[in-house]
Amino acid sequence: MPLVSLTGLSVAFDGAPALRGIDLSVAKGEAVGLVGESGCGKSVTWLAALGLLPNKARISGSVVLDGQELIGAPPAILEKVRGGRIAMIFQDPASSLNPVHRIGKQITEALALHRNMVGQAARSEAKRLLDLVGIPDASRRLDAYPHELSGGQNQRVMIAIALAGQPELLVADEPTTALDVTIQAQILELLKDLRRHMGMTLVLISHDLGVVADSCERVAVMYAGRIVEEAPISRLFSAAAHPYTQGLLGALPPMDGPRRRLAAIPGGVPEPWAMPPGCAFAPRCAHRVAACDAGVPGLIPLAASHRVACLQVAQVAMPRESVPA
Amino acid sequence: MKPGGALLEAEGLVRRYAMRRGFFGHAVEVRAVDGVSLKLERGRTLGLVGESGCGKSTTGRLVLGMEMPDAGRVSFEGATMPQPGSTAWRKLRARMQMVFQDPLGALDRRLPIATQIAEPLDIHAIGAASDRSARVEALLRAVGLRPDQGARYPHELSGGQRQRAVLARALATDPAVLVCDEPISALDVSIQAQVMNLLLDLQEQFGTSMLFVSHDLRAVRQVSHRVAVMYLGRIVEEGEPDAVLHDPAHPYTRALVSAIPHPGRTGQRMVLQGDPPNPADRPSGCAFHPRCPVANSFCAREAPVLKPRADGRLIACHVAHGEVTAGHGFTGQEAA
Ligand SMILES: Nc1ncnc2c1ncn2[C@@H]1O[C@H](COP(=O)(O)OP(=O)(O)O)[C@@H](O)[C@H]1O
Ligand code: SF4
Ligand SMILES: [Mg+2]
Repeated sequence: MPLVSLTGLSVAFDGAPALRGIDLSVAKGEAVGLVGESGCGKSVTWLAALGLLPNKARISGSVVLDGQELIGAPPAILEKVRGGRIAMIFQDPASSLNPVHRIGKQITEALALHRNMVGQAARSEAKRLLDLVGIPDASRRLDAYPHELSGGQNQRVMIAIALAGQPELLVADEPTTALDVTIQAQILELLKDLRRHMGMTLVLISHDLGVVADSCERVAVMYAGRIVEEAPISRLFSAAAHPYTQGLLGALPPMDGPRRRLAAIPGGVPEPWAMPPGCAFAPRCAHRVAACDAGVPGLIPLAASHRVACLQVAQVAMPRESVPA
Repeated sequence: MKPGGALLEAEGLVRRYAMRRGFFGHAVEVRAVDGVSLKLERGRTLGLVGESGCGKSTTGRLVLGMEMPDAGRVSFEGATMPQPGSTAWRKLRARMQMVFQDPLGALDRRLPIATQIAEPLDIHAIGAASDRSARVEALLRAVGLRPDQGARYPHELSGGQRQRAVLARALATDPAVLVCDEPISALDVSIQAQVMNLLLDLQEQFGTSMLFVSHDLRAVRQVSHRVAVMYLGRIVEEGEPDAVLHDPAHPYTRALVSAIPHPGRTGQRMVLQGDPPNPADRPSGCAFHPRCPVANSFCAREAPVLKPRADGRLIACHVAHGEVTAGHGFTGQEAA
């Protein structure tokens, strides 16, 4: 049984759809990547699941955590889940931390809320967590303010706060996007270590296929509010079957071999208030046929654990090297 | 014009800033750029990589004469850059343009983009006013925009289209040198590819020399003919992009290459300890020594100079040049 299952999860803001039916399950102990360009709905998916969207958001569908429905669940239940069973960290640690409170206090607050720990016990657990996330000189750092730490260290503090509730699932939303490459490498290694040692389930949201490939076993590719392809990482890189996924791979500059012209995807993503009638990728797609505009293609299985939402998949599935330039 | 041959040369550039530490602290001197020499060849691109705060952008501004160095000199076509503000300088500025990371910030949201693309032509009094609209149309086409899109305001364009508009404006004066400061960092992957392709097309069409400033080694490989790696105000390695990427010689370059997340990566990643250093707190000797896995005590005392190895690769590292044997890292005192 999966730890979390999203079924038909849909969100609209002011009548414009942001999510248009997300089906995704995450098994216990798994690391799943969620990739796609900005605005495709990666963040909204998990904000909706955790009840963190503003009231104007219209949400439908279902998010089940271990048999418990979260969509429409009473606030008391959601508060327990958030930071308790599921923790989320964001791109910009500086703005997620409270600038006027010492970091020790921010960690002990989470410990009080989720584990009823107070006083010296909370403080020594906070120190242990800072040690765990690799902050040197942890006992002194407890008294530091966020602005006294670097961006990479603040992201470590965010991870420590997330770990305070002993979550089963950590949702990391672009956790390294604002960081330098060498610091990104440190944070990715830290997430890997934590998974290895604590058996934590991870959902890693990123716009960077490379980051996801590095840390996850499975990946879901999103486009305009839907999942268009889902596959094990190695399979995605060797046998991407959706034209959009192929486009994303073709757009990555290679590390070696001859320098070819990049296979840039023409055009840009559709606006939420002007969704194409059928496949949302159709206006940019080289494989489009008339049927693509007739209805939204659903995810169909192509191989074990590999699902694709494309009508032309039989024509499209081809090795990556032959993607037209 | 045939590519190759130096168009612009910078020698020993130094740029210092005064920075106050804390609320009441003394002003300390920060050397943002500390002895950088580089050469832009005609019709070719030099990639400049490094982490935030290493002095890449300052180097770009010095090269363009938007800022004066405290030491060192820049020469263009063999002649020293004129004083900022002089007539000669203004004339030269038309031939050198800069493109920034954030296209929305670089554009005026109150004006249609065609007006903004024509602006440099007015400022530098280039061409007759009657030819303006034809020239703007040609520029829009050159960057892959439709002439009718010239009537749009910046917020009516996508991020990629805005960066195209910024490029069209930079190209209006037919510049010989283009400094692109993180021109693709703010864009989505598929749009990054469009802009990289465009830069290569424009270079082929107009023979522009480019300085491509980026933190992304893969993007640098894609568009550059040479690459220079910066660390704390200095160039620590320079060579052909493929050679540097496949066989990095400086330990910092090795860490950068190893940090690139990609599916084909094999073996253990080399993870550097610590944060990028603060330029106000430059470590002694080799500035990289507190984070370097092969540093030894000599590295903490003596700063290595950038010099060629037998194969021509420029490297600033005692260990890479075989002057001292590899150590196991030298922290001296614990990093704060
Ligand atoms: N609070 C909000 N109000 C209105 N629209 C929103 C809000 N949050 C997100 N959206 C819209 O929902 C869509 C998906 O956004 P998001 O999930 O943030 O994308 P991603 O994380 O993939 O970049 C976008 O069109 C975005 O503008
Ligand atoms: S369904 Fe049609 S338009 Fe959509 S990706 Fe497949 S071929 Fe292209
Ligand atoms: Mg997001």
